[in-house]
Amino acid sequence: MSSESAKSGSPGRLNLPFELQVEPRLNIPAWLGPLVSVVAIVLALLLGAFVLALVGGDPIRAYAHIAGAAFGSLGVFSDTLVKATPLILTGLACSVAFRMKLWNIGAEGQFFMGALGASIVVLAGIVPENAPRVATITAMLVAGVIFGAAWGFVPGWLKARLRVNEIITTLMLNYIAIALVNYFIFGVWSEGGFQMTRTFQKAAWLPRLSDLAEQFPILRGLTTHFGLVFAAIAAVIVWYILYRSLWGYEIRLIGDNARAAEYAGINITRNTVLVMMFSGALAGLGGMSEIAGVVHRLQGSISPGYGFTGIIIAWLAKLNPLVVVPVSVLFGGLILAGREIQPAGVPRLIQGIILFMLIASEVSLRYRLRFVRRR
Amino acid sequence: MDPIIILQAGVATGTILLFATIGEIFAERAGVLNLGLEGMMLIGAMSAFSVTVSTGNGWLGLIVAMIAAGALSLLHGVVTIHFQADQVVSGLALTFLGTGLSLVFGEGLSKAGAIALLPTLTVPVLSSVPILGPILFTKQSVMVYVGYLLVPVAWFYINRTRFGLHLRAVGENPTAADAMGLNVYRLRYTYVFIGGLLAGLAGGTISLAISPGWFSELTTGGMGWIAVGLVIFAQWNPWRAAFGGYAFGALRRTVLDIQGPQTLFGLRNPFFFNPYYGFFLQMLPYAFTIGVLIIGSREALRKRLGSPAALGLPYIRGERGH
Repeated sequence: MSSESAKSGSPGRLNLPFELQVEPRLNIPAWLGPLVSVVAIVLALLLGAFVLALVGGDPIRAYAHIAGAAFGSLGVFSDTLVKATPLILTGLACSVAFRMKLWNIGAEGQFFMGALGASIVVLAGIVPENAPRVATITAMLVAGVIFGAAWGFVPGWLKARLRVNEIITTLMLNYIAIALVNYFIFGVWSEGGFQMTRTFQKAAWLPRLSDLAEQFPILRGLTTHFGLVFAAIAAVIVWYILYRSLWGYEIRLIGDNARAAEYAGINITRNTVLVMMFSGALAGLGGMSEIAGVVHRLQGSISPGYGFTGIIIAWLAKLNPLVVVPVSVLFGGLILAGREIQPAGVPRLIQGIILFMLIASEVSLRYRLRFVRRR
Repeated sequence: MDPIIILQAGVATGTILLFATIGEIFAERAGVLNLGLEGMMLIGAMSAFSVTVSTGNGWLGLIVAMIAAGALSLLHGVVTIHFQADQVVSGLALTFLGTGLSLVFGEGLSKAGAIALLPTLTVPVLSSVPILGPILFTKQSVMVYVGYLLVPVAWFYINRTRFGLHLRAVGENPTAADAMGLNVYRLRYTYVFIGGLLAGLAGGTISLAISPGWFSELTTGGMGWIAVGLVIFAQWNPWRAAFGGYAFGALRRTVLDIQGPQTLFGLRNPFFFNPYYGFFLQMLPYAFTIGVLIIGSREALRKRLGSPAALGLPYIRGERGH
């Protein structure tokens, strides 16, 4: 790499006693990454405030509202965790795939397929209605994971075998999955003409914190459900696989340098399919946990874009599975509180600005500005 | 289920995709993948409609739509060209941002009511040509005719002019292009911006001509992503882009019309008697995009054709070429 600046030849030099030089960083201090991310988020929130003010909103009140409505009390924090649960799983799904530079934009569809799989187990009577809770939940979990993985298998196989761009296929499969779910909730399982299935039997409900309210009164009314435990366990498993297992080493090597990985004898074709399936399985688990833990039936509005927010979360967490958890809690709060903010596009807007600031700020990790005294 | 009507509507809807796809072809030929089409088209559709509602002038709306989407594309340009950020992630960010911005600024716009649309034209002599006349030249929006012009112009520009040669050089081998004395950064900005302008034009064409109005995210309904897929099917060639776009448009119309009649080819029409089967019809355009992508990818593999060699890679001056 030459020491010449990346943006050489900038016109209009000022006649200052020093000049600014852009030069590549040779080593990145450990504190710089997190600092840059925090600065990027703060700048993004300021920009978001500016846009809010532009359309006649009150940004300070909006942000105060978000903070209060998401983290202000035990009750709302519990609701925030409910929103964070699917986000952790979709965030993990994206992290795994992105780590191998596989652009799975289809977590949304895989989420819906997971929900569909779990519903089939209950509504098609695969598990009898009087089956114990553990058996019912386990069957739903397995079905959700399988359906999600199958929905990841299709683009993975197409990519591995036919070199079909996975960005487009995963995206198109989102639309197809949602239409398929709509077919079931409008047609096959419609309950009294409404666009939803019947409520599942109690054995298909994930336990909630409020179920323990008799022993611990403080938990009364808290909606946080067992899916959060699934998500946390998944985060640890994904972290272990990525950073402590041979498979994870292969995934990371392919992501960093596919050609080198190929020379090292790593089977890229097989890993492409497997990683897409793994990614889909995580998102599918998210869908299962959402219907078993929150709505207790299959309906159309189970996701305000969890699969897409997962992309931002993965990037914000620098694809680190353990960091995905706290980042998801923050975004869960944003989504929870954002529902009441008008105009309706604000949370999406803020997410977009955050992602933009984040990737733009990464340049400061690679280069630094230096003042050079002019001779 | 009149084939003439289906093809006529197909050409109209296909025009939207044609603009977006050709815009993306320009950007990708210069080496910059811009996945933000959906966001830029939404911004275009929203601002075109909004400006037309308040001024009554659709042409002004169209210009504002192009500028707004072009401005967004420059954001992608700065982040990917100068800051060397990942083009995939930046494009996704652009989609989020464009969608968010258009929802925020388009709030309440869906209740704005009817507006004066862009005019439709019937070409005097050509419209009387059998079959092609009614499909291509009868009562089509003026934007459809702009599309007819854009395809050969874009093809000629890319393949037969000096500027087109420079464009391809920057996307295939930026290091060599730089050595030839071309300004790689400036050219990449230019073509990313042109891609943005055309995406804005596509958005404005939706809300002012083909399916008028503002229906928040449903205005585009994933057409930006379909256009990204069509670029691969088109193998970065405007003619194939036009073919793919029109075929897709015709399919979309077929899906709508097939649910109408009670009988289909003399048989009981299942889509009429069970409207829920319509959800499977809804999947078809997306399945079609995947199919088209498979065809494009297979062909590219067989002919050893590929995307522009430097597509997706940032150019860093002074670093060894890829």
